[in-house]
Amino acid sequence: MFSKEVAELLQKLNRDENKDDLKIISIQTNDMLNSKIPAGPLENKWKNYKSTCKLVNPANKRKIEVIVVGTGLAGASAAAALGELGYKVKAFCFQDSPRRAHSIAAQGGINAAKNYQNDGDSIYRLFYDTIKGGDYRAREGNVHRLAEVSGNIIDQCVAQGVPFAREYGGLLSNRSFGGTQVQRTFYAAGQTGQQLLIGAYQALERQVALGNVDMYSRHEMLELVMIDGKTRGIICRNLVTGELERHFGHAVLLCTGGYGNVFYLSTNAMGSNVTANWKAHKKGALFANPCFTQIHPTCIPVSGDHQSKLTLMSESLRNDGRIWVPKKQGDNRKPNEIPEEERDYYLERRYPAFGNLVPRDVASRAAKERCDAGYGVGTSKQAVYLDYADAIKRYGKIEANKQGLANVDEETIIKLGKEVVKEKYGNLFDMYEKITGENPYEVPMRIYPAVHYTMGGLWVDYELMTTVPGLYALGECNFSDHGANRLGASALMQGLADGYFVIPYTIGNYLADEIHVKPIPTDHPAFADAESKVRDRIHMLMNIKGTQTVESFHKRLGKIMWDKCGMARNAEGLKQAIKEIQQLKQEFWSDVRIPGEINEMNPELDKANRVADFIELGELMCIDALNREESCGGHFREEHQTEEGEALRHDDKFMYVAAWEMKGDHEWQLHKEDLNYEVVKPSQRSYK
Amino acid sequence: MEHKNINVKLKVWRQRNSNDKGSFETYDANNISTEMSFLEMFDVLNEELIRDGKDPIAFDHDCREGICGMCSMYINGRPHGPWHANTTCQLHMRAFNDGDTIVVEPWRAKAFPVIKDLMVDRTAFDRIIQAGGYVSVNTGNAVDGNSIPIEKDKADASFAAAMCIGCGACVAACKNSSAMLFTSAKVAHLALLPQGDPERKSRVVNMIAQMDKEGFGACTNTGACEAVCPKEISISNIARLNMEYTSACLTSDK
Repeated sequence: MFSKEVAELLQKLNRDENKDDLKIISIQTNDMLNSKIPAGPLENKWKNYKSTCKLVNPANKRKIEVIVVGTGLAGASAAAALGELGYKVKAFCFQDSPRRAHSIAAQGGINAAKNYQNDGDSIYRLFYDTIKGGDYRAREGNVHRLAEVSGNIIDQCVAQGVPFAREYGGLLSNRSFGGTQVQRTFYAAGQTGQQLLIGAYQALERQVALGNVDMYSRHEMLELVMIDGKTRGIICRNLVTGELERHFGHAVLLCTGGYGNVFYLSTNAMGSNVTANWKAHKKGALFANPCFTQIHPTCIPVSGDHQSKLTLMSESLRNDGRIWVPKKQGDNRKPNEIPEEERDYYLERRYPAFGNLVPRDVASRAAKERCDAGYGVGTSKQAVYLDYADAIKRYGKIEANKQGLANVDEETIIKLGKEVVKEKYGNLFDMYEKITGENPYEVPMRIYPAVHYTMGGLWVDYELMTTVPGLYALGECNFSDHGANRLGASALMQGLADGYFVIPYTIGNYLADEIHVKPIPTDHPAFADAESKVRDRIHMLMNIKGTQTVESFHKRLGKIMWDKCGMARNAEGLKQAIKEIQQLKQEFWSDVRIPGEINEMNPELDKANRVADFIELGELMCIDALNREESCGGHFREEHQTEEGEALRHDDKFMYVAAWEMKGDHEWQLHKEDLNYEVVKPSQRSYK
Repeated sequence: MEHKNINVKLKVWRQRNSNDKGSFETYDANNISTEMSFLEMFDVLNEELIRDGKDPIAFDHDCREGICGMCSMYINGRPHGPWHANTTCQLHMRAFNDGDTIVVEPWRAKAFPVIKDLMVDRTAFDRIIQAGGYVSVNTGNAVDGNSIPIEKDKADASFAAAMCIGCGACVAACKNSSAMLFTSAKVAHLALLPQGDPERKSRVVNMIAQMDKEGFGACTNTGACEAVCPKEISISNIARLNMEYTSACLTSDK
């Protein structure tokens, strides 16, 4: 195996440059991870598991308490489904209502292998596309199960009253998405995530009304409570009063989403954070593939230092738009003043076969390359044009033909074309105009890649249990189904699969052995210890009374991550980033300024808790990126590319999940879970 | 887009907690780029307040792209500010001129008590949903999605109502602090679909009872709710709610 070289590299780095203030990072290998994939042929694994897993009888379910942290698609669906089964559930979210979780912002759609379009889709094809899309770094067993339950999700959502798009015959409509060859994406205009989340939220509120779920909004989990090696509860902060609360559970489900906000700027909501997961990580839950992050190519670019978040423009815009930059560096002319022959349609030039429709990772890296080389546009020069002028003319001509108009002038064609484009993309164009103040029907849009999704997360086995007994991770916060790159319209599918159709079975297999455990009173010393640990940390933060704001630290962390662990990474940059993050951590803990009091609503304190954890996660992400000396999916190491500049995997050395165990400050141990492809044969991707 | 920097004066409602009386305070926000969003202007101001050792202004926000419904500022006498069909987080500073004074308040309604500064407690909306804003279907017993054909027009109308983001602007704009637009959007969403039919009568009756219990006012058809709704939820949903309610009451077996 590998990793000796990297271990030496890191140790050398620490010895040479950071004698005083840094500890040694250790990297070791072992094969202690048991993914618990059921035996037997791929298509029977889940069926057999369901038939043989342990069950908890209804009378006992009423005595068992389950904690669910986070109320997005995974959390709300899990809390609702477990409540329906009769478990006593407590659900927590930091927002003012469970309906606001960031799943709500998903635009495009949700995949399901229904084959309603009779175009050859099947469970196997959805499984295959997901494995391949993940660049062969996901588990076959998990992904096949995901494909198997995908159809049930659509049925369940329809039954709840989710208003999916429909055809005139009254049946469900599908569209194609993200380069697959079948139409399997179900959608509700550009608000699919919202409609699915509202469905899950309503199911959750129904359980609240029935008394099966207690809902705690404006609460944030700040510690995990362990008793005799098992998860037994959480400590959380009531964000309104600042009080710390103790909650017991026979099991805890983390459904807390992704960690994209480690980059400061991302398409995530402002509150999205890694804190609950990080507490679990510190209690022994392994963190898998942290460096696998997805950068989405079509987002509205940064307009200045004040920028607080980035907004995604649906990928569908690349179907009709052409992407270009000026041929001349630092060209300050307005886009309409740059003649055709002085424009570089760089995707069409570099990838003649796929052109503007290359996959997300390729399009993102190409935009970065042009901007870094000095061809970027707009005030910041960190943007490229997405131009609809040609599409408007093309659609205008088609429309003129349809209407039987002869000898139409240019003006009429453009007018007709704009109407067609408005019908197809109107809501996106409006959104662009609100943010930028520019009319995209007249001037080309400016776009730039932005952090969007994190494939890495807490390591879980087939049952979605982390390496900590009784602690589960569902949805984006686990690592399991998307490998190194997620396909469009698959995030919603995974969140709901985990919550509605996987955890209700797998959790019983654990809880069946817990029926004799009476609820543990929260005055147990383990609860007291955990609470005092949280209290100490909050006091420590508040007593720093430094000079720099939390926000300023977060921005600096984001810049380090984006520059050195973003779209393209190299060993030199990553080593530097690790050093810079370690220094940033020291500076944070000695100079951060948090206003206000502990026992009151204090958003700056909430943020400080989150940023402190992001800083530590940032370091681990860089270590993971440094360790993975190959390029795959969203992880691109500049040293490992084909002659044409494409991602180059090293299956012989890296066909594994990198699961990291925290051993101390700046110290992690690597555990490897080898990936065995029994059904699919890995191959190299090409888009020329 | 041509952009410039402007100076504005802010009169912001400050209230330490729900027991505090609260008052307006005035702040200068200088050198504000017109490319900033309204909330980014508040970020800049808060950074200054923290550096000066003062308490930053608390406000609700999360997705900052107009879909989560968390942001909730009452700007110059209008929920979410001057732009049509817009949330506070989507409002940008080019909506204002150099030298403007901008008044910012929280949602004002008895059923939405202030938590701190510009943050209010909207859990009353969750309780209205708990009263019946769902289809009672347990996970796992659904039939095939395509076995329930739904007329496209009805599905589209249902979707248009389901687009509500639950921000509460309708309540804040209403002189009676009525939650009729919010409640009617959910009643219409489900009443227009065959899946919602079995519980149609009990849903509307129970949701209205909960709405009244929370302390929201009655509807007097002023239409302010529709005018400020960021998702352009139509007031015709209220007409549908009234129809559903009347018919439920007249035909109820209970």
